Amino acid sequence: MPAGIWAKCPRCRNLIYRKELERNLKVCPKCSYHHRLTAVERLEITLDENSFQEYDAGLASTDPLGFESYPDKLSEAQAKTEQAEAVLTGEGTIEGWRTVTGALDFYFMGGSMGSAVGEKVARAAERAHAQRLPLLIFSASGGARMQEGVLSLMQLAKTSAAIGRLHDAGLPYLSVMCDPTTGGVTASFAFLGDVILAEPGALIGFAGRRVIEQTIRRKLPEDFQTAEFCLQKGLLDMVVPRTEMRSALSRLLAFVGAPRLVPVQIEPAPAAQP
Amino acid sequence: MTERRPSPAADLDRQLADLEQEIDRLRRRSREHSVPVDAEIAPLVERAEQLRVQIYTHPSPWHIVQLARQSQRPRLLDFLGTLCSDVMELHGDRLYRDDPALLAALARFNGQPVVVIGHNKGKDTKENIARNFGMPYPEGYRKALRAMRLAEKFRYPVISFVDTPGAYPGDEAEERGQAEAIARNIQEMSRLRTPVVVVITGEGGSGGALAIAVGDAVLMLQYAVYTVISPEGCAAILWHDASRARDAAAALKLTAEDLHALGVVDEVLPEPFGGAHRDPDATFATVREALQRHLQALRTVPIEVLLDRRYEKYRRMGRILEESTQSIE
Repeated sequence: MPAGIWAKCPRCRNLIYRKELERNLKVCPKCSYHHRLTAVERLEITLDENSFQEYDAGLASTDPLGFESYPDKLSEAQAKTEQAEAVLTGEGTIEGWRTVTGALDFYFMGGSMGSAVGEKVARAAERAHAQRLPLLIFSASGGARMQEGVLSLMQLAKTSAAIGRLHDAGLPYLSVMCDPTTGGVTASFAFLGDVILAEPGALIGFAGRRVIEQTIRRKLPEDFQTAEFCLQKGLLDMVVPRTEMRSALSRLLAFVGAPRLVPVQIEPAPAAQP
Repeated sequence: MTERRPSPAADLDRQLADLEQEIDRLRRRSREHSVPVDAEIAPLVERAEQLRVQIYTHPSPWHIVQLARQSQRPRLLDFLGTLCSDVMELHGDRLYRDDPALLAALARFNGQPVVVIGHNKGKDTKENIARNFGMPYPEGYRKALRAMRLAEKFRYPVISFVDTPGAYPGDEAEERGQAEAIARNIQEMSRLRTPVVVVITGEGGSGGALAIAVGDAVLMLQYAVYTVISPEGCAAILWHDASRARDAAAALKLTAEDLHALGVVDEVLPEPFGGAHRDPDATFATVREALQRHLQALRTVPIEVLLDRRYEKYRRMGRILEESTQSIE
């Protein structure tokens, strides 16, 4: 994120006072554009303060195929994000409800899923299972990580199988799709939620717009593959504005019987829309 | 012998391509002008054949991609017709329509009832247009899942034949939930309560292949490929140059041999010299023997053990570094 007092909204092009944008959870106060968040920002605005205990912080991908310039790209992403990989996972509470939560980071190689992302998501599911906690995953990803070849593809199977076991155990899994959620992540855990939520305007789809346009030799409508489009097509349960996400998740967690921290300490809701 | 040898494989390819072009040109001339050119063509054809032998003695990953896409390669219907009896095709996903790109059938293999699913690629343009080049819509995957549920209900094994460029990337496929259909199949196959044997026979194109390729035994023909992205797509994204597909094919480690070494494929099934289409009967015999062996071994495994093994197999796939920097699996 570039520093500076003012930020320019990529959609409405208005200059926004950065502090105001942050206060509004990085939703443009003028046009409601939901700016992309890092995984750290996502966890910060979602979980109760200081409740996050990270799992597997040091777990990273390696270069199993000896793929040209992959180690450099990995190091660059690690330096830029100060994270080992493109997903953060751990335990945290939402308005007191205990969860295992993961957040993919689009700023780490496009949130792509290689062996490490697959492993961390699978471990998160297994820990949720072992502790009988609900699993919550925020997706933001361009798909499978090409540089790990079929090993990346196999992470679709690994994560989906782990989530299958959660279903067998009767444990809830909530999936939140953020901008963008595409490719292999949609074709695995993102679309396997008991309840699937999305942020307004998020790009959600399996194939990319350009590939589809080349295939069908037609221009696609502007709103194709947006969260609202997917909702209308019956692919999602709800589109929830970021400022209401925490309370929506809290209500869902209450419904699906998440264990609650005792004593209950309810955080004030994040700043509501002005 | 030439001095310059930047890439021997590429060089052979170029020679072969030039020869084939020349042969084509002569044949066209012969047709258009009704002049006999056989005497001229014969040595060229012979030279082309020699080059092919050279190439296919040690095919490069890019050659293997070509073999996997070979139009005369045995297709699902060939395998089904040769290896199975009493075949009854099942149609439709009960939700939208019948997808001809993906076939589901009840059949007998060695007299035993099985459920067969597979990508139904055609052999010529007409067949391929009718079957969408073996690229399923969501309803194709949902039909496959329906057939697998039947297999589970009756405890019949599933045999899945994989041969697709990928799931169809069209607007309607997206609208009907291509991603959801693939994800659902992957998850359900990971815990289907009956044995699943997968044979990758041609192109294993990414999620569209994996959607019917999660199983207890994953077998792969020697010159099939299995990849997260097509070499052309990979080259276009990585180097903004689709013509570097040859390099991408090598980098992606998409051959049966590579994937066996990576633990993704359980067994590589050898093909006749020059590819499966050179001797289809030998190919069918190899596949029949392997299927028989794996099905027999899986039949005796208690279902809970089978499911645990299947889970663990996929759970272990991938290579990671832990904090202590030792590499795990």
